[in-house]
Amino acid sequence: MASASTAVPSRGASHTARRAALVAAAACVALVAPFLLYPIFLINVLCFALFACAFNLMMGFAGLLSFGHAAFFGGSAYVTAYAAKAWGWPAELSILAGLVTGGGLGVVFGWISIRRQGIYFGMVTMALAQLVYFAALQAKFTGGEDGIQGVPQRSALPMLDLTDNRVMYFYALAVFLAGFAVIYRTVHSPFGHVLRAIRENEGRAISLGYDVPRFKLLAFALSGALSGLAGGLKAIALQIATLTDVEFTMSGEVVLMTLVGGVATLTGPVVGAAVVVAMLTYLAAFGVWVKALQGIIFIACVLAFRRGIVGEIAAMLERSRQT
Amino acid sequence: MAGRRKFGAVGVACPLLVTSRDGELLILQPWAIETSGLTKAFGDFCAVKDVTLRVRRGAIHALIGPNGAGKTTLFNLLTRFLPPTAGTIVINGQDVTTLAPAEIARRGVARSFQISSVFPHLTAHENVRVALQRDLKTFYQFWRSDRSLAVLDARADALLESVGITAFAQTRAADLPYGRKRALEIATTLALDPSILLLDEPMAGLGMEDIEKISDLVVSVAQGRTVLMVEHNLRVVARLCSTITVLQRGEILVEGAYDDVSRNPAVIEAYMGQGHA
Repeated sequence: MASASTAVPSRGASHTARRAALVAAAACVALVAPFLLYPIFLINVLCFALFACAFNLMMGFAGLLSFGHAAFFGGSAYVTAYAAKAWGWPAELSILAGLVTGGGLGVVFGWISIRRQGIYFGMVTMALAQLVYFAALQAKFTGGEDGIQGVPQRSALPMLDLTDNRVMYFYALAVFLAGFAVIYRTVHSPFGHVLRAIRENEGRAISLGYDVPRFKLLAFALSGALSGLAGGLKAIALQIATLTDVEFTMSGEVVLMTLVGGVATLTGPVVGAAVVVAMLTYLAAFGVWVKALQGIIFIACVLAFRRGIVGEIAAMLERSRQT
Repeated sequence: MAGRRKFGAVGVACPLLVTSRDGELLILQPWAIETSGLTKAFGDFCAVKDVTLRVRRGAIHALIGPNGAGKTTLFNLLTRFLPPTAGTIVINGQDVTTLAPAEIARRGVARSFQISSVFPHLTAHENVRVALQRDLKTFYQFWRSDRSLAVLDARADALLESVGITAFAQTRAADLPYGRKRALEIATTLALDPSILLLDEPMAGLGMEDIEKISDLVVSVAQGRTVLMVEHNLRVVARLCSTITVLQRGEILVEGAYDDVSRNPAVIEAYMGQGHA
């Protein structure tokens, strides 16, 4: 945190203090939440928040809009679920397998798609994700329409009883924070700076001698691995991996979460995930209408507040500071 | 002129022979850029046709011609932003025809773009620093803190000062006035310490006062470097450039010093006839 104040001297101490206050507030919310709200709902939020943050690493910070992120999330959920159930791996190792799967898929997707621009890039990622969906549908180990259910929640650390929902919540929180820390560092790293430059002006970045495809590929691998981490966590925490996780709508949902929360903000996807998951959970009684509502929110976001919730708040704070 | 022709002929055919005879390294590569038979076709349309261009080391060389003459396409070929249909490109004595654009940049060829090309949401300081970052070789390290970039701050500030925009160091590039943006672009390009600068219309869109400033800047950055620039402002070309190549419909029409070129009837008809004759 101190680095921010030295790097941007104009913002000064008040900025650092405000940030510390925000972090403290978020910590309080995270600690108290499982005692006020249904832990399973919160676990769901954490999984999708991590997924959306991983997606945003590519969309927000590298300028690559992928329509195929469900493949990383869902594919990894299957691998984790299978490792835990069929091979009896402990949760940590299974989730790690998910992460590796996501990263591997990210490299493959990236390698095939990054030489295409804009909509063509999006279409290639979507087509590849459909291939993964088809594989999940046809393969024996995924359990077809049933998916893999009843995934055991057995930690390598014997004192952790993951079957307790509150313990599971804090476990998920720890995984989320680890993933979030990696994203934070990536954004604020030498690599992150070049990535931002590529997003801003790709031609210029090339003319500065940067091997743009390699940066994109690394961003893809990181985003895939972290999406895989989210998918693996989801498989353990909710004890299930199904076709829903790997379906095209999941790729769309993560775009929505990121847009609602705020593209290219660190915390936006977390807020967006909370909003969307809350909607899906608490408005489930309205059935199909939830989808319509989702569509309306999507349109409102794109038309009226493009910066998303966190983005708009940040812009407001920026304006108030200047005046 | 005779000497130049000799270098040219020998330089292309067998540069090593010259070195062994004279024992002078300089003669090895008298040309910073040499193209031969360079051609780019888009379907039936030939944007650049059989261009054999030589740019002398240390010169400020102008590329002029009417709109659509293929100047920017030629730039895009030289930096490999476009692959040529035919022909070769030799830079500093090395054939670079098949290299990737980023690799050309790493060989010391820096380019600017026709429309001012900055990273709009980064500050002026960050714009220059992201170029300097290439020297650190840590640019793939996503696990390292960006505090490690602070070692570049002094150099970034010095570059901003060299183009006279120190006061704008913390301003977002998008918010800079146009002339300052072009200055920032040059500072970013200089951060690469290139041996060859390709400037695509550096004066485009600038007011009189800024043209003065940027012209001075080009002269000062050309010290010890080779500059090839596309420019429409002939007063600037006359002042800065030792050699001028006129392109027309993708082909070289004429080449020489400003006075020779400006008196050439073909050139007057093709290009300068528009108010200059």
